[in-house]
Amino acid sequence: MAQATSPPEVVRDATARRYSSDAAGLGRLRAGAFVAPAMVLIAVFLVFPALWVIYLGLTNYRLTGVEAAEPRVVGLDNFVKALSDPTFWNSTWLTVQFVLGSAVIGQVVLGFTIAWLLRDRRGPLKRIVEGLVILAWILPSAVVSFLWVALLDRDGGTLNTLLGIPGFAWLLDHPMLSIIVFNTWRGTAFSMMLYGAALGNVPPSHLESARLAGASGWQQLRDVVFPHIRGHILTNLLLISLWTFNDFTPFMLTAGGPDGKSEVLAVYVYNVALKGGQLGYGAAVSTVILLINLVVAVFYLRLLRSKK
Amino acid sequence: MAAIELRGLTKVYPGGVTALDSLDLVIPDGEFFALLGPSGCGKTTLLRTIAGLETATGGAVVIGDRDVTGVQPGARDVAMVFQDYALFPHMDVADNIAYPLRIKKVAKATRRDKAQEVGARLGLDHLMDRRPGQLSGGQQQRVALARVMATQAQAFLFDEPLSNLDARLRLEARTFLKKLQRELGVTTVFVTHDQAEALAMADRMAVMEAGHIRQIGTPAEVFQRPANTFVAGFIGSTPMNLLDGVVRGDTLEVAGCKVRVPTSADGTLTDGEPIVFGVRPEYMSYSVEPVEGALGGKVAIVENLGASHLVTLEVGDVPVQAVVPEGSEPSPGQTGYALPRRDRALVYRDGELVTA
Amino acid sequence: MTRFVLGRIGFYTLIAVLLAFFTIPLLWLASAPFTSDPTYEVKVPDFTWENFQAILEHPYALPSLFNSVLLAVGTALLVVLLAALAAYALSRVRLPGRDVLLYALLLLSSIITGTAAMVPIFQLAVELNLIDSQFGLILILTGGLLPAAIFMLKDFMDSTPKSYEESARVFGASPLQIVRHVVVPLVRPGLATIAVWAVANVWGNFLMPYLLLSDVEKQPAAVIMYTLYTEGGQANLQLLSTFGLLYSVPVVLMYLFVSKKYGFRFHGGIKR
Repeated sequence: MAQATSPPEVVRDATARRYSSDAAGLGRLRAGAFVAPAMVLIAVFLVFPALWVIYLGLTNYRLTGVEAAEPRVVGLDNFVKALSDPTFWNSTWLTVQFVLGSAVIGQVVLGFTIAWLLRDRRGPLKRIVEGLVILAWILPSAVVSFLWVALLDRDGGTLNTLLGIPGFAWLLDHPMLSIIVFNTWRGTAFSMMLYGAALGNVPPSHLESARLAGASGWQQLRDVVFPHIRGHILTNLLLISLWTFNDFTPFMLTAGGPDGKSEVLAVYVYNVALKGGQLGYGAAVSTVILLINLVVAVFYLRLLRSKK
Repeated sequence: MAAIELRGLTKVYPGGVTALDSLDLVIPDGEFFALLGPSGCGKTTLLRTIAGLETATGGAVVIGDRDVTGVQPGARDVAMVFQDYALFPHMDVADNIAYPLRIKKVAKATRRDKAQEVGARLGLDHLMDRRPGQLSGGQQQRVALARVMATQAQAFLFDEPLSNLDARLRLEARTFLKKLQRELGVTTVFVTHDQAEALAMADRMAVMEAGHIRQIGTPAEVFQRPANTFVAGFIGSTPMNLLDGVVRGDTLEVAGCKVRVPTSADGTLTDGEPIVFGVRPEYMSYSVEPVEGALGGKVAIVENLGASHLVTLEVGDVPVQAVVPEGSEPSPGQTGYALPRRDRALVYRDGELVTA
Repeated sequence: MTRFVLGRIGFYTLIAVLLAFFTIPLLWLASAPFTSDPTYEVKVPDFTWENFQAILEHPYALPSLFNSVLLAVGTALLVVLLAALAAYALSRVRLPGRDVLLYALLLLSSIITGTAAMVPIFQLAVELNLIDSQFGLILILTGGLLPAAIFMLKDFMDSTPKSYEESARVFGASPLQIVRHVVVPLVRPGLATIAVWAVANVWGNFLMPYLLLSDVEKQPAAVIMYTLYTEGGQANLQLLSTFGLLYSVPVVLMYLFVSKKYGFRFHGGIKR
């Protein structure tokens, strides 16, 4: 029988956003009360110290000496010093390589590849692969860094044994490569889980239509899968870029060396502020790092908004 | 048991969208009332406003004799079934049914007994220990119904109660729901986009469009005498023929043919004025011989409806549909004549029904 | 047919390479603790317990594990509680400046984990009399983790259907009742994920406890691990490998337990 009815509420998502989202009837006051405890803690132990760091960047505060007892405000001197210091720019460039290599390329590509390969499987194989990848992420940094120090050791390290090139000093001769591969290994799990969940949300009917239209695996990826998970890719990239940018763990493998060849910004700050004792200057550099993070975040958010 | 009354009810969203535009409605105690309309017409917003989940920007909602416009949802003494049933997945069926009583602080033993009683009434007694995830769609619906029955509220609100069931089940559920409501006698308002469902179940209905109520009436009234062209086009499993025409003396010139003025519009028309002529395909009699006052043309399509056929005639270049009983269906290409029933045809002026 | 076979071979080769990549670095952790006089080499161990003996004799090794548990569980509980309340409110109620606030906090939390924030935090702890206090350390760690936790939990809650809460509300439940009866059970997988994430973060955190706890008996395993690394110049592989293993086991067990019970998901939506 021909039904002359209007189509069901497939616009549910659009209309749902019109209805009141306060499903439990919290009201603004109670909502404020719910948020307050977290905000208090954040304000005291995060916002306040963070603002203090920004303030410190404007002083000549040092760990020892006259400036420790009586620091003076020196305005933007520290910032000027940082921006004209070639070591700082070297560190920035190294950090960019680190982020691009291990996060943007390494973790994303590897994480997605694993999620894609295992997308239709349920059995022990999936559990084992996922388990190992997650293990790499869950183990404490002190342990995994040391595992990689052991792996890359020039004399007894397993890598050299496997490749048959004893005496090859990975950490000395190729420090950036080492820390990039290490960080890729370490962080892939997060991306893998995110893409796994996102792929699970791609409607199989779309993939099947593409397949029936003759699309190859690669074309299906490009035309059906990527558009669906674009938002997730961007969120993922944002988070891991920020985390990697501020990551201190490379220190545990190379201590920034040899000769600053792997001195990413987090290590640079450590060297300058704690080893060198220049806390004011170190704080200024931290503030610059924060600003760079901000720029990166805004860039990603713009991309996210435009793609919607 | 209570009547529901809406007085000038208005809801404007923060963005400026008017979802409900000054609605007036009275639903008497015990009635099974349908809110029918296309997506976005405001029917669900209206239901939610009666429940209290949305706050009205103007006007009043009265339940029983109480103005509940400013009252919290939990204190209005209504119970609601959502489209997805919203059965709490971590509680078993018995706890789900007993939940409203738990809120009312009824003792554990008493509420378990009550849940058992209501559940048994709906045929759920062997499922009381199961989790909602282990139930079929039809069973889940009955649990949701049991839960509202346990509240003993003054009014029930159902949001698209049958949409989540598959087609076969839906028809059975329709009959079940109508019977249940009759037995309980509780004022019930339900929202649906399916006009057949509304016609079948409701005692009376409101047809809505873009925040306005376009017609309130019994299913028979809405079906036989739609108040405007919107309702006329929306109601009916086969769409009503709505044909442009002109008044010519005591006949109407429609699609190039002369038809008689329907009894409902007798004596109210002015010569030469443009009108819309409406007649349902079910209210046409079909013949292969020319008949005076009929719309004649060539058969374009014949659709099988089971015990009858839907014939589409091309009258000039205007499609006109008629329902033909089985055994007398024509073949495409033949000439046919559809004669509208004088007592069922309607005339619309500027979209509104013309009445004598 | 051949394309299918080639595809299969390609698949399994790739999987094998991936498995190798992720397994090989871990092998040392499995072999060295059981090898007498271990080096950086990975070889079949001769299954000795003397390394574990040495750890037991180390005065601070085992107690530090207990401290790690204390700090990790304490922080995780506080983070989950505060983040859940805040994330729920932010998800359901349109509070002014909400989105900007979240992103701003997220960015600020990255500066706090940087080394330059050490001085302000140290001085703050001195002012609040929280030096050498494990409770104080928990508060500070919580503050650092909350923005990301709220961010992730809010995302999770946004994709949880509202009809359950609305249903309970029409039945007369108060907002607090709704949170207790309906919301918490529904978001348990999300809460579990955040708890695991918080524990993993605190478990590995070296800088804050190193800075703020002066009594070595209160130090968690991360700090002790570092001292094993550095004391005596030459890395003591025997203690390092064994302690590393012991230090790793609890966090792995926790993950296995939680993922078995709830599944480990950062991104929400209820599986019906």
